[in-house]
Amino acid sequence: MAQASATIAFEDVGKTFGDAQRAALDRVTLAVPEREFLAIVGPSGSGKTTLLRLVNRLAEPSSGTVRVAGEDVRDVDPIALRRRIGYVFQGIGLFPHMTVGENIAITLRLLGVDKPRMAARVGDLLDLVRLDRAQYRDRFPDQLSGGERQRVGVARAIAAGPKIVLMDEPFGALDPLTRDALGSDYRKLHDDLGLTTVMITHDMLEAVLLADRIVVMHDGRLIADGTPRALMSEVSNDYVRELMQTPRRHAERLQTLMERGAGTTPQ
Amino acid sequence: MSDPRIAEAFARLPDFLGSHVLVSVTALALGLAISLPLALLSRQRPAWRAVLLGAASIVQTVPGLAMLALFYPLLLALAALSERLLGVGFSALGFLPAVLALALYSMLPVLRNTVTGLDGIDPAVKEAAIGVGMTPQQSLVMVELPLALPVIMAGIRTSAVWVIGTATLSTPIGQTSLGNYIFSGLQTQNWVSVLFGCLAAAVLAIAVDQLLALMESGLASRRRIRVALGGVGIALIVAGALVPGWSRPGARYVIGAKTFTEQYVLAALIEQRLTAAGLAATRREGLGSSVIFNALAASEIDVAVDYSGTIWANQMHRADVEPRAEVLTELSAWLAHNGGVRLVGALGFENAYALAMPRRRAEALGIRSIADLARQAPNLTAAGDYEFFSRPEWAALRDAYHLAFRAQRQMQPEFMYAAAAAGEVDVISAYTSDGLIAKYDLVVLDDPRHAIPPYDAVLLVSPKKADDAALIDALRPLVGAIDVKLMREANLRAAGGKDAATPAAAAHWLWDQVKDR
Repeated sequence: MAQASATIAFEDVGKTFGDAQRAALDRVTLAVPEREFLAIVGPSGSGKTTLLRLVNRLAEPSSGTVRVAGEDVRDVDPIALRRRIGYVFQGIGLFPHMTVGENIAITLRLLGVDKPRMAARVGDLLDLVRLDRAQYRDRFPDQLSGGERQRVGVARAIAAGPKIVLMDEPFGALDPLTRDALGSDYRKLHDDLGLTTVMITHDMLEAVLLADRIVVMHDGRLIADGTPRALMSEVSNDYVRELMQTPRRHAERLQTLMERGAGTTPQ
Repeated sequence: MSDPRIAEAFARLPDFLGSHVLVSVTALALGLAISLPLALLSRQRPAWRAVLLGAASIVQTVPGLAMLALFYPLLLALAALSERLLGVGFSALGFLPAVLALALYSMLPVLRNTVTGLDGIDPAVKEAAIGVGMTPQQSLVMVELPLALPVIMAGIRTSAVWVIGTATLSTPIGQTSLGNYIFSGLQTQNWVSVLFGCLAAAVLAIAVDQLLALMESGLASRRRIRVALGGVGIALIVAGALVPGWSRPGARYVIGAKTFTEQYVLAALIEQRLTAAGLAATRREGLGSSVIFNALAASEIDVAVDYSGTIWANQMHRADVEPRAEVLTELSAWLAHNGGVRLVGALGFENAYALAMPRRRAEALGIRSIADLARQAPNLTAAGDYEFFSRPEWAALRDAYHLAFRAQRQMQPEFMYAAAAAGEVDVISAYTSDGLIAKYDLVVLDDPRHAIPPYDAVLLVSPKKADDAALIDALRPLVGAIDVKLMREANLRAAGGKDAATPAAAAHWLWDQVKDR
């Protein structure tokens, strides 16, 4: 059952598109407490993105209720709701005709923050996502690398000081090094700023390394829910077990390599 | 510059170019002001969009000249209606119909490119706009329009080139444009003028297109300097074309001229006379035959030369034929009582419709009069100007002589004579004062049954200027001063003469002959 204290709560939520036979979401109930970092893992078409879009009303449920900070989102103005929830979009999602500074400041501009305060905040945010202020502020998105773009995406999401950040496969298209750096940087931001984060990923390793809690979705349903440690050890579902195999195998192999490296000297 | 035709063309450039730019820019601005909001409104409504783009495409298939021609009678009727209902009339001549027709013409590329440009935006970007908390309007203004702007600009470029090109066709409805060079050049066989007009319009279109292209590339690559340079360039063209027109003292007298050589010569002559009398005058040339009388009656032009028989048939709706003097008297009285156009006097020659044939062919066939012609007509081909076969004079001739030709063709008047001389057609509708009759050795056939009314050239003055003593005094020396031989010679000098003569030069020559009498 969803607790009333949860920051985000899905209560028996269903979603069907048009006259599709299969439901995109099938009676999902899930509560995300304050300051939790939740990862939603599942294959394409499992309903992850749809679930996330319900939170800031980019989509509306066909049945059930979605609550943010206890309020039924249907009673909240969607524009105001979106301005107080950060969203890091799948792919890039930056506005190509705006500079890095303008992209980051967009929600502040929508909220009517004055220019000097906006400029100061953009500088701080660039520091926060570890991009050089002077160097990056006036660049355009197409002059950035993939990792830099996603850093800007994160800065834009947290610019207006939201309590909730939604991330839709934020680091999916990046090379492993960048991805790792961005992931751990964001995790630090999450902790420092006291955010509640829901991140979609299809990479179980990423979920295990970053999240406090992982839910697994399949065919519109939640099929597993637990801490990374719990899911690694005790799982009843075959699909989830298979998913958890990968990070475990990686860990074991690394372990072996490290032990051998420590014990012998290469000739 | 040794050719006087080039010098004359340059002399008229500020006036023609200024008017051309003004009408094009106004039409384009109006077209944009209508088509941009329409495109935005239809963005979420596929049914609207289909209707809108369909309608704009249909408009585009209407030939430019026809579109412009359609607006004149439409506005004339509207102006009459508004005069009756609101007591406020407006000018149906020139600027207004040209702007409306051209604006309508400019809409399709802007509509299509705006719709396409907005459709082409990456859905992920639109989703992001909504996701960061923009309202649909904010998304449109802050994200979608800026991103679609390069595509929209490309549409504006296409529109601008179309409008600048098509504006040359607004001359016959009374809007001065670079088309004046082309229309008058075609009439007076002044190919230098035709070429000059084409080149001027092309250079203007290319310059505007390139400046807009600069802005477009600046928008696409976010180089503000390019956008600014393009904008400044266009502003300079507009200012450069319009400022000479403003700084010039406004012409108080507007002289109208129809679309043939004699009219260009007489308009030039009247302008020279008015200027000599210290009156500021300008010419509006290439006006349609019925356009010019309506414009005169509405005081949109002040002076024009018309022909007694034309008004007799077209305005007074008289089918009977009376002698020259009686026609002039009745005409003068009728004009005074119907709108107040003043008949200053007859110039002294007739430019009547007549049927003419090459002399040798007429002699070979034994044809001297239209009665002779009628017997052989079923074996002969006739050519007339664009109006002739729909005019009451032709109906009168046909009925009086039972004329029935094997074939009837319509031709540009200046080409008819050459066609007759070359044997391509047997009989043509000729004008008795035309210099080409002598040049091509044609013979004018007698009209023994007097089916065609007299066509005295008459000086007419608009109701508003009817009591303007300075104007009337300046015109008076022309009354009764020009006989048909002089006019034929002047017409020949203005068009198709061996030396590069212009209507203005022919008018000077004509005055030299007239002033000493």
